[in-house]
Amino acid sequence: MNYRHLRGKTAIVGVGHAGLGEAPGYNDMELLTRAAHAAVKDAGLRMQDIDGIATSSVSASMWLMSVVETLGVRPTYIDGTCLGGSSFMSYILAAAHALESGQCNAVLVCYGSAQRTSALGRGVITNARKVLDPQPYEAPYEPMNPPSSYALAARRHMHEFGTRREHLAEVAVAARAWARLNPEAYSRDPLTIEDVLAARRVSDPLTVRDCCLVTDGGGAFVMTRADRAAALKQKPAYILGSATAVWNRQISCMDDLTVTAARQSGALAFDMAGCKPADMDVVQLYDAFTINTILFLEDLGFCAKGEGGAFVSGGAIAPGGRLAVNTNGGGLSCVHPGMYGVFLVIEAVRQLRGQAGARQVADAHLALAHGNGGTLSSQSTVILGTADTL
Amino acid sequence: MTEVSAAGQGVERQYATHLAQGRFMIQQCAACARHVFPPRELCPHCDEDQLAWVAPSGQGTVYSTTTVARKAEAGGDYNVALIDLAEGVRLMTCVAGMDPATVCIGMAVRTQVGEGKDGPRVVCVAIAGSQG
Repeated sequence: MNYRHLRGKTAIVGVGHAGLGEAPGYNDMELLTRAAHAAVKDAGLRMQDIDGIATSSVSASMWLMSVVETLGVRPTYIDGTCLGGSSFMSYILAAAHALESGQCNAVLVCYGSAQRTSALGRGVITNARKVLDPQPYEAPYEPMNPPSSYALAARRHMHEFGTRREHLAEVAVAARAWARLNPEAYSRDPLTIEDVLAARRVSDPLTVRDCCLVTDGGGAFVMTRADRAAALKQKPAYILGSATAVWNRQISCMDDLTVTAARQSGALAFDMAGCKPADMDVVQLYDAFTINTILFLEDLGFCAKGEGGAFVSGGAIAPGGRLAVNTNGGGLSCVHPGMYGVFLVIEAVRQLRGQAGARQVADAHLALAHGNGGTLSSQSTVILGTADTL
Repeated sequence: MTEVSAAGQGVERQYATHLAQGRFMIQQCAACARHVFPPRELCPHCDEDQLAWVAPSGQGTVYSTTTVARKAEAGGDYNVALIDLAEGVRLMTCVAGMDPATVCIGMAVRTQVGEGKDGPRVVCVAIAGSQG
């Protein structure tokens, strides 16, 4: 199975966000709408040009219908799959098929969440989900999810490979160093390895600085066919490869806590794109927790299994390091409104356009964005390139 | 209603009934002989619907562990662990009866049915002398 014929046939032509950090007084849909408008405008299109919609919410099971109603569009292509945080990247391959077949001409992928400042407390939402989406074989043990599931993975990785607590902290410190170059990032104070280790304990071995932010924010991007993309306002970011893989939902049902389905999604995406990890100029990895970055560097092939800790050591993924990872500051330091995937794509596109300001990676032609959802449950990889990579 | 299964109810309810009667049960497939947990209607290994309840040996090993931080007034820190049973299945549980921070990977444990906040649940205790 391969989708090589879709390589470079579609592109992301518009990106936008709204209300990053704290947006008191706004709800999920309002933030989504503002971000969607910004992305469509960035592409040089009008909302009436949008005939494909892809969106989901962790709370509302029929969210897509509300989005269509709110935006006032009449789509011929819809995707409301919810895979948690990786949803917004999982939409890309399906949208490429739909665009290429002629089912639609412009797909808007959009998300918004006011989880930080919402009047509805997070505890209420968490409890409602426990009722509506029960996990009866884990719930009696009260894992503080998601952190406890990732803590179990981190602990196992440390046991099998000698990964150290400091290696996890390196990931958070590198993300913060990038965030300090990004005026849009939420957390920009200096952060050291010692700070991470000494921070409030959450679920051992993770402290609060190993865990992503809880922010508000909306994000969106627009995809079209490549032939049309070239004539639009922005420099297109072409979809070279993409794949999604799901192996389990609960952490207790994951075969090996040190190997994620990113191994499958990454291999398929690289095969479609016809390139390899060493070719990537910039990499965005879904860092809901510090262990994620280490696992995904390994599973996507940037280093061997078990060597992720050593790979990130000594500022290797921070500005000036060997590999530019999470250049916006990531979910750890930039923004994380419940589901973060859309923001990984936005940052990859900005880097390929050369619009990333002080954090711009020089000469970026190939970018990888990798999404994660649930408790290491869903994995989605996207490889993007500039026109000269076609 | 047409008959769904010979048991007349789904496996989640059957599992809970066993547990309420003090028995921790897992499933074994009559077709491929493999053990299954959490409970399922179909064997995920061979697709047959011939899963029968069996009592596991109760012997297990800690696969991974975490100490969840909780304020003292709310009950203090507690353990959440993944245990690999001798039958080849894994379950989330709590290693009880010891400082949660001293639970370690590789430690030998045995299961027992204990009382949780919302009813009976499977907990584990360390087998004396095990140091993982």
